[in-house]
Amino acid sequence: MKHFRSVDEAGPEAIRRLLDLADHMAEVSRRPNPKVPALRGKAVCNLFFEDSTRTRLSFETAAKRLSADTMNFSVSSSSVNKGESLRDTIETIGAMGIDAFVIRHKSSGVPWQVAQWTGASVINAGDGWHAHPTQALLDCYTIRSTLNRTGSFDGLKIAIVGDIKHSRVARSDIRAFTMLGADVTLVAPRTLLPPEIDVPVVTELDEVIDKIDVIYLLRLQRERMTESLVPSLREYTARFGLTPERARVLPEHALIMHPGPMNRGVEMAVDPSELPGSVITQQVTNGIAVRMAVLFDLLGSGSDLEANE
Amino acid sequence: MTDGKQVLGSDEVRRAITRMAHEIMERNHGLDGVALIGIQRGGVWLAESLGAEIARVDREIPVGSIDASLYRDDIGIRPVSPGSVSEVNFEIDGAIVVLVDDVLYTGRTVKAALDAITDYGRPSAVQLAVLADRGHRELPIRPDFVGKNLPTSADEQVAATADGIVIS
Amino acid sequence: MSEILIVGGTVIDQTGQRRADVRIAKGIVSEVGEGLTAVGGEVTLAADGCIVSPGFVDLHTHLREPGREEAETIETGSRAAAKGGYTCVVAMPNTDPTQDSISVIEYVRRQGEAAGLCDVRPSGSITIGRLGEQLSPLAELAEVGVHLFTDDGDGVQDPLLMRRAMEYAADLDIVLAQHCEVRRLTEGAVMHEGRCCSKLGLPGWPSFAEELMVFRDIELVRLIGAPVHILHLSTTRSVELVRAAKADGLPVTAEATPHHISLTDELLAGYSALYKVNPPLRTIADVEAVRAGLADGTIDAIATDHAPHAPETKERPLDQAPPGMLGLETALGVSLASLDMPVADVVAALSWKPALIAGVADQHGRPVAPGEPANLTVFDPDAEWQVVPSELASKSRNTPFVGVPMRGQVKHTVLRGDATVIDSQPTR
Repeated sequence: MKHFRSVDEAGPEAIRRLLDLADHMAEVSRRPNPKVPALRGKAVCNLFFEDSTRTRLSFETAAKRLSADTMNFSVSSSSVNKGESLRDTIETIGAMGIDAFVIRHKSSGVPWQVAQWTGASVINAGDGWHAHPTQALLDCYTIRSTLNRTGSFDGLKIAIVGDIKHSRVARSDIRAFTMLGADVTLVAPRTLLPPEIDVPVVTELDEVIDKIDVIYLLRLQRERMTESLVPSLREYTARFGLTPERARVLPEHALIMHPGPMNRGVEMAVDPSELPGSVITQQVTNGIAVRMAVLFDLLGSGSDLEANE
Repeated sequence: MTDGKQVLGSDEVRRAITRMAHEIMERNHGLDGVALIGIQRGGVWLAESLGAEIARVDREIPVGSIDASLYRDDIGIRPVSPGSVSEVNFEIDGAIVVLVDDVLYTGRTVKAALDAITDYGRPSAVQLAVLADRGHRELPIRPDFVGKNLPTSADEQVAATADGIVIS
Repeated sequence: MSEILIVGGTVIDQTGQRRADVRIAKGIVSEVGEGLTAVGGEVTLAADGCIVSPGFVDLHTHLREPGREEAETIETGSRAAAKGGYTCVVAMPNTDPTQDSISVIEYVRRQGEAAGLCDVRPSGSITIGRLGEQLSPLAELAEVGVHLFTDDGDGVQDPLLMRRAMEYAADLDIVLAQHCEVRRLTEGAVMHEGRCCSKLGLPGWPSFAEELMVFRDIELVRLIGAPVHILHLSTTRSVELVRAAKADGLPVTAEATPHHISLTDELLAGYSALYKVNPPLRTIADVEAVRAGLADGTIDAIATDHAPHAPETKERPLDQAPPGMLGLETALGVSLASLDMPVADVVAALSWKPALIAGVADQHGRPVAPGEPANLTVFDPDAEWQVVPSELASKSRNTPFVGVPMRGQVKHTVLRGDATVIDSQPTR
């Protein structure tokens, strides 16, 4: 595999392979010295056009644990607007000998556009509303390892709640969970759904809350109120938030997930540390393991070479 | 199995394992601090067999497995897919680790396994037990305990399991 | 200017189709008949297997000059037009400064004449600066020959202002043309709103944002009676609305672009800005409806909406790239490849029908007959060819048709008796 840009592009075989690899990487991360020399001599550039400390740190840690060299390039949109085009940025950095770009950009599609200007692998750390495949991987890995489901997610009922329309996390999760066999339901008001979607939709959280195995809460950005997508945060929380009442109705075995950062009091109206089913911190830990798996698969495993042994 | 020449049958393999188990105990003057670690994938069954034999004769010692694929020096040159996840559930610091593999060839896998071990801790000694040594070393690695020495040519393949050793 | 003899072709014009050679002298068609032979210093243009038709007229071209000469100039745009078989183009007014005053109109016209490759007819904007607030001096501009007025690039958002514009225009012999897009519904939009944009995570441009304004302007025509021309129709329902309006006898005309009869929104899956255009590429159902609209005459003309953009701008992230594609040099090739219509009907949509709407029917889209102005196109309707970016006459390269099979190639173009293109190459 040359690039890791979306769940669909990677395909079910690659997704499973990466999840299996993540087991190895998780074991590495548990050691006293959580480092292997697998990507020694490789250079990874984190090119973040959108601010994100947590994801960038996660990728950087992952690269370092594989002994790769890292380079960080946080480009605020204003500095790119001051003349240097996206193409020039990629070509200039690429000329420094980069093996992989980890890119986050507010415009959907950038990881595909830039691939024509570099021979390096491209890893999508989030493009616009479109995709965030490493998030989907770590979400699948978290479900898999917590519920001990290494085979498939057949019969698993997962509800994704919130602003689906603007969420790259949601798009990638829907694809990944479905690929692994889960039954995905979306819970959102019509204004927060994409124009056309093939996934079952429910417009009241209370309709499904007592029947699901995983509840995945998306962040609601406060800007959505000014765009008249929801009348008020209070109304959103009343219909779609995880309130103490809803937390009581949620099945005991159900997992509670969130990609972070959380809007406390909005989509998450209880303290997650008081919810035994919350795996939100595991999601963060697993983020490093899956990103190590992606980096290793793209740069180290030689899976793009012909098997000649 | 595959078509090839069987140079050792299952009975002979069993006898070799018994002999190697005794050699390990003799060389280390007992079993204090001794632990077996099988190298993924081929060495795991052998480490378990050696461990079982040692337990039958004397007592149980720790047996683990290590996946060295993340330490290989040919990463990016040859396809690499990790085996099972490493399992080392005991203290490496101060232990006498006997690395176990089915076939010793260039020595690169053993070197990778050595690098992996040292990331878990500092053993007091590392020894190497292999069922078959087929020559063609590319690194200064030598086994301490050998089931059978097998001269081979580079284009041959060697498979070593409990059912026997086959060259094809 | 030498005399020209076009030999071996089949003449197609609004009177019919016939095998005939065409002789041109002093800018006029002097003789049409079979078996003509060259005399004196006549230049012979071979037309074997070709069609000889009135020169094409584009109702919708962006020549970019003044203001965005890095993308195209009136000269390079005229050359591209000639290569595409056009003898006349209506230049859109979204220049900088806007074509809303006599001085800018005269400038564009003069530049067109100086290039001498195509008859450039500047359009005027409906509102000053295309800001949608104040009417342009419509009568003043009509006095100097402007026939078509549009705020293209934008539609007139304010219904009251559009009403006033139409009431005022009703007294003048002009046509208001509308880029139908309710801006409030398309803010931030990058592609058609539907299944594809949902999958690709891109803000969508819903069909009804076009249809609402088409409906509004048709009702205004019903009320006021001034003619309105709908630019680049792109949706099924828009075609239905225009069909019904014509059935009611209203003076509504419409055009469609070659890309809206050949390309769909699925092409945006690779996120290439070459496919970003306003109105956007839509679904296959819409493409088929537009084709049907051309076939039954609901849509009068094929118009290119030729929109050059400098290469760097099309390399930006999709949401930041400007919308628009080249069209002049590929219009014929795409139209014949995409439309299941008799060639004569395609020629009508490219020449005499747009000539009428543009108000140039005294010079262009004329029958090929003695005494008529010699504005002609000679093209091979069966030629299969490919777009080679480096061979484009346009200054820009933003065409989505590289690698797409073209059917039909212009061989020669004659402007007022002067050959601007010979053997598919511009003469200057």
